[in-house]
Amino acid sequence: MIPLSAYLILSGFLFVCGVLGFLIKRNIITIFMSIELMLNGVNLSFVAFAAQWHALSGQVFVFFVMVVAAAEAAVGLAIIIAVYRTRETLNVDQVNLLKL
Amino acid sequence: MLHLILFSIFGAVCVAGAVNLLVQSHPINSALSLIVVMASLAVEYLLLGAEFVAAVQVIVYAGAIMVLFLITIMLLNAGAEERTKGSRVATLLGVPGVVIGGVLVAWTLLHRSDLPMVSIGALKGDPSSIARLLFHDFLLPFEVTSVLILIAIMGAVVLVSRPEVIARGSRKDEQ
Repeated sequence: MIPLSAYLILSGFLFVCGVLGFLIKRNIITIFMSIELMLNGVNLSFVAFAAQWHALSGQVFVFFVMVVAAAEAAVGLAIIIAVYRTRETLNVDQVNLLKL
Repeated sequence: MLHLILFSIFGAVCVAGAVNLLVQSHPINSALSLIVVMASLAVEYLLLGAEFVAAVQVIVYAGAIMVLFLITIMLLNAGAEERTKGSRVATLLGVPGVVIGGVLVAWTLLHRSDLPMVSIGALKGDPSSIARLLFHDFLLPFEVTSVLILIAIMGAVVLVSRPEVIARGSRKDEQ
């Protein structure tokens, strides 16, 4: 038996790590991975709260979050490839024009 | 006791992977540590009883999505990160703000006494009960996600396709 707050603190830590990576990282792929880390942190709190309320719909929501994350990864990585073709860099500081 | 030991071990692996993702400068090392985070999170789901979610986490997240990331990193031949000066506001205000927010949330959670204790397998999330929810109560959202995936596939193909290369290729075929 462990308190539910342990799971919630772990999920909060993962979310904070994701936000920090989003702020300090300069590589566009690593920034994208930080977003995935944030989504994982939120998923853990969904599952923990589902266990608290004895409601399975929390776990179904995790499934939907994963589907959206998969779609986001497919489109996002395609955008990264398109940006790399025109700019030949992955540094976000050098990608400052919306125009291709 | 067993629950506490397993939670601590895999929680520590998870935290170490997340910190390593931030510290490493090469994207491929960050991707591999993200896989470690996702695999240990799957064990945490299993401890809470979410069997289906744990399986999907390994198959979809640690499997499909991370392979997509690794292939992109290899395809673009991404080297070590260049440390350039980013936004000053983000580092001066954003980082302390986020850390303070996280500490506040953790402090609040630790000082709340009405949060329950959970045991191993607190809520059985086996595939049959998840499927009953998914295909009865959440049938419309489930079908809408299939449309979303279809649009994402078409968007990815349109974004990476190069029309001039395709046109040149078809002209060669005609000759």
